[in-house]
Amino acid sequence: MLEISNLTHVYGSGPTAHRAIDGLDLSVAEGELLSVVGPSGCGKSTLIRCIAGLIRPTGGEIRIAGTPVRDTPDNLAVVFQDYSRSLFPWMSVADNVALPLRRRNMDKARRRAAAQEALESVGLAAAGKKYPFQLSGGMQQRVAIARALAYRPSLMLMDEPFGSVDAQTREDLEDLVLQVRGHHRMTIVLITHDIDESVYVGDRVVVLSKAPAHVVGDLKVDLPAPRDQITTREHPDFVHLRAEVGRLVRGVEAAAS
Amino acid sequence: MRGRLAGGARRLAGLWLVPVVIAVWEVTTRLLEDTDFPPPSTIVTSMYELWFSGPPSRLFFTDEAIGNILPSLGRMFAGWILAAVIGVLLGVALGRAPVATQYVDPLIQLGRAIPPPLLVSLFALLFREELRTQLATIVFGVIWPVLLNSIEGARSVDPVQVETATVFGLSRRQQLWRIVIPAAAPKIFAGLRLSLSLALILMVIAEVFAGSDGIGYQLREAQREFETPIVWGAIVLLGVLGYLVNSLFVLAESRLLVWHRQATRAT
Repeated sequence: MLEISNLTHVYGSGPTAHRAIDGLDLSVAEGELLSVVGPSGCGKSTLIRCIAGLIRPTGGEIRIAGTPVRDTPDNLAVVFQDYSRSLFPWMSVADNVALPLRRRNMDKARRRAAAQEALESVGLAAAGKKYPFQLSGGMQQRVAIARALAYRPSLMLMDEPFGSVDAQTREDLEDLVLQVRGHHRMTIVLITHDIDESVYVGDRVVVLSKAPAHVVGDLKVDLPAPRDQITTREHPDFVHLRAEVGRLVRGVEAAAS
Repeated sequence: MRGRLAGGARRLAGLWLVPVVIAVWEVTTRLLEDTDFPPPSTIVTSMYELWFSGPPSRLFFTDEAIGNILPSLGRMFAGWILAAVIGVLLGVALGRAPVATQYVDPLIQLGRAIPPPLLVSLFALLFREELRTQLATIVFGVIWPVLLNSIEGARSVDPVQVETATVFGLSRRQQLWRIVIPAAAPKIFAGLRLSLSLALILMVIAEVFAGSDGIGYQLREAQREFETPIVWGAIVLLGVLGYLVNSLFVLAESRLLVWHRQATRAT
């Protein structure tokens, strides 16, 4: 589904150049939920922006479903970390969700119906007429997820989507992601700096090095379904995996300092 | 909600000063008995006789009012709207093109520094026609706040909002109308409001120097004929008009930008 080969990106040039990604190889299978973990400032956001076609990498290639990424692919949606900046405050919740559907050549009635359906699937059926500022942070991020779902992408990128909400909301949103990918067949790449989260949500966890980023670890997560915030987290495999991911991330940090 | 009520009450409480000032003004001018400083009651009477003693069928407007106040307001709004359209479109385009702005900025600073009243003579020579001269003066005088604020507003649109719109495949045109202009709207409105009060000033200036009707023209004529109460009356009328127009604009702005006020309050 997603093939990244020898991806390199350098910001600027000369002595002040910042090498964010260096020779990163990664492939994600159709329908897979991949967690990407790495120390902060390791180029995770650069990776997302390269995949989404928002920045053109200085080297390497990204293919989505076989097609090289140029501009922004139309089968891809992004959930940004900062919902307060990615939702448009001048539009109602329903309009925010329906906005991208213009690209899908849907008429107004169908856009509205699709937005309502997406809002229902994230548990916000009654919030359509409200404005983003009238909702809590967790609800706003649900709206951002609903917007991505309504768009029906085959690949959804999530850039530290739960970084700005409290712990309880975070767990709810993690379960929402698991539930959503059960309903919609889509490939998800979730970027996070939270080790537990990467294991709890992912089918696979990839650990990135400090910048310039490359892959230092790639672990399969084989936990019994359905996952549950209490029982999964006390499962011996979970405990083992989170320790292993933790060691890899720590190793990265130790090597860097 | 409570904050808004308290604010409203405070604003109303400030109004007591108005009648006090008028009363002091009335008493002082009556004691002074100087024809250059007529008491407010005399000013209001002459305003009433000149403009507001018409037949009820015309809402009590006299011929003088219809022949002067309406053209003045028409010129002011026409000039302002023209400047707003040009200023917003040009400003938003420039705001999204930082390199172009760097080139154009010195020109803008220069244009803004020219006192617009000086240009009445130039425009009169260029256009040789009253209305165009007046409109050009108003447009040239009021475009700068709209232009500069639109540039600033469009330039400071949150990059995440633009990235979101790009990811979800909004065309450039859709991004302009649905993302950039709404995001820049609070700044654009600040510019429009400033321009509106400038438009009133320039309307009067254009009429005083190059008018054959309008409030500015009447002001000039009254001065020539030593009709002091009418000179004062025109000034009062302009003050009241400025206040009303600004209040209406603020009302419209607060309706249109509810999201902005609420969203900034919430954070």
